[in-house]
Amino acid sequence: MDMFLQTLVSGLLIGGLYAIIGIGMTLIMGVLGIINLAHGQILMVAMYITWILWQSFGIDPYLGMFITVPIVFYFGQFLAKYLLHPLIEKDSILPENQVLMTVGIGMVLVELARSIFSSDYRSVQTGYTDVVWHLGKISLSMPIVIDFFLAMLLTLGLFWLLMRTDLGRAIRATAQDKEAATLMGISAKKITILTFGLGSALTAAAGSLFLPIYYLYPDVGPLFTLKAFVITILGGLGSTVGAIAGGLVLGIAETFGATYFSMGYRDAVGLVIFLVVLIFFPGGLKRFTKV
Amino acid sequence: MLKVKNINMSYGDVQVLWDVSFEVHQGEIIVLVGANGAGKSSILKTISGLQRISSGSIEFEGKDLSQMPGNEIINTGVVHVPEGRRLFNEMTVEENLIMGSLNGEAKQKRAESIEESYALFPRLFERKKQLAGTLSGGEQQMLAVARGLMSKPKLLMLDEPSLGLAPVLVQDIFEIVKSINKQGMTVLLVEQNVQTTLTFCDRAYVLENGEITLSGTGKELMNNEHVKTAYLGI
Repeated sequence: MDMFLQTLVSGLLIGGLYAIIGIGMTLIMGVLGIINLAHGQILMVAMYITWILWQSFGIDPYLGMFITVPIVFYFGQFLAKYLLHPLIEKDSILPENQVLMTVGIGMVLVELARSIFSSDYRSVQTGYTDVVWHLGKISLSMPIVIDFFLAMLLTLGLFWLLMRTDLGRAIRATAQDKEAATLMGISAKKITILTFGLGSALTAAAGSLFLPIYYLYPDVGPLFTLKAFVITILGGLGSTVGAIAGGLVLGIAETFGATYFSMGYRDAVGLVIFLVVLIFFPGGLKRFTKV
Repeated sequence: MLKVKNINMSYGDVQVLWDVSFEVHQGEIIVLVGANGAGKSSILKTISGLQRISSGSIEFEGKDLSQMPGNEIINTGVVHVPEGRRLFNEMTVEENLIMGSLNGEAKQKRAESIEESYALFPRLFERKKQLAGTLSGGEQQMLAVARGLMSKPKLLMLDEPSLGLAPVLVQDIFEIVKSINKQGMTVLLVEQNVQTTLTFCDRAYVLENGEITLSGTGKELMNNEHVKTAYLGI
């Protein structure tokens, strides 16, 4: 029973981090109408930036996050403005073909990282990496707990932005009806670019938060793209609340897989859950939420 | 106030507007009538910048609208309430109203404008926390008009506000249009409901296959033999 509880809690904590990756992807999905297949690669870029800040300047990853996230926010906007948006403006190119562009962006980012940093595994060692808190019989790794709460804070902040500010309303309006939004005076181009930046910034935050608890190598990019894809589909494409549910489900499924089968099957269990959900609830978990 | 001169417009290879010219003066209700596919909605789309004209000019109070990005046109005082309401269905009634007042002066007067909307449409006040997609057709149309008015426009362009509404609601909507006009709003109305609109408009233009074939006051057109046979069924 203790092991069960321990696994559940660990899974939930990781799930909170997965959730912000999924929300970032969902935002982009909602406004651009495409799956961003460079999502994990952008997360990897953020991890490398945070790692350099730690390695070269001795900046703690949690502080480094405040530098990394703005950098990636602008980097995402740059990608959207010069690589993705030009495709929308050409009538002869289907908007869906932006997906292919994201695949290309992802490949370039991975290979760039490989040529700069080689394929070696990196990690950061901080004073708190191995600190463990005990709560009854459950032990909690301190960085994972901090990660979880920071991720939740970011999620709340994002919801506040989306629900309570004009900018957030403009993003939601653009996702619902671009033409009507234009009539209201919203520049669809500006919102599209900004949303890609925002989605990238969220996944960048997740990247910085993952650094103290994860290995870093160029191929974490595709791995996290896959996870983000699974979370977004589990959540029922385009639902932010669904993406949170999707993140938590994936986190719990993976942790149970690692505990009860074997560490090596962790990702496989996540994908099996993915298949099960698709077979029995083809709309994703969205049908259990109203938002 | 609004001067549309010799505009031509095409969707790809298909030309839908041929040399269309008309004017709207301050304080008028102008109606564009015509059958399905005559190009009525396309005219409104060219004015609000959703579609580009290939030649001609569109001037509003001396400003050239034809080259202006679609999202800036609302700032000139022209607002387009599109066909089929086009509300933000997953947002509440109040949020939809807020969306009408994103820029400039309209934003500063937002709270005041929302009060005015609720005074004009008490039903919207009752449903202000409800999602727009769950409103009835008539309520949605009211919300669409109210959202348009939130931007404090000088010219209100309504595209088929009577579409899909029960006859009694159609009357309600037209009454509202008349009362907004009495308070000084200039209205450009696109309608298939020729019979009713000709009774209260100042002037009307008849559009056939992308060309303006007739124009005149409502009364003149009602007595026109062609309009009688083709649109009024007399």
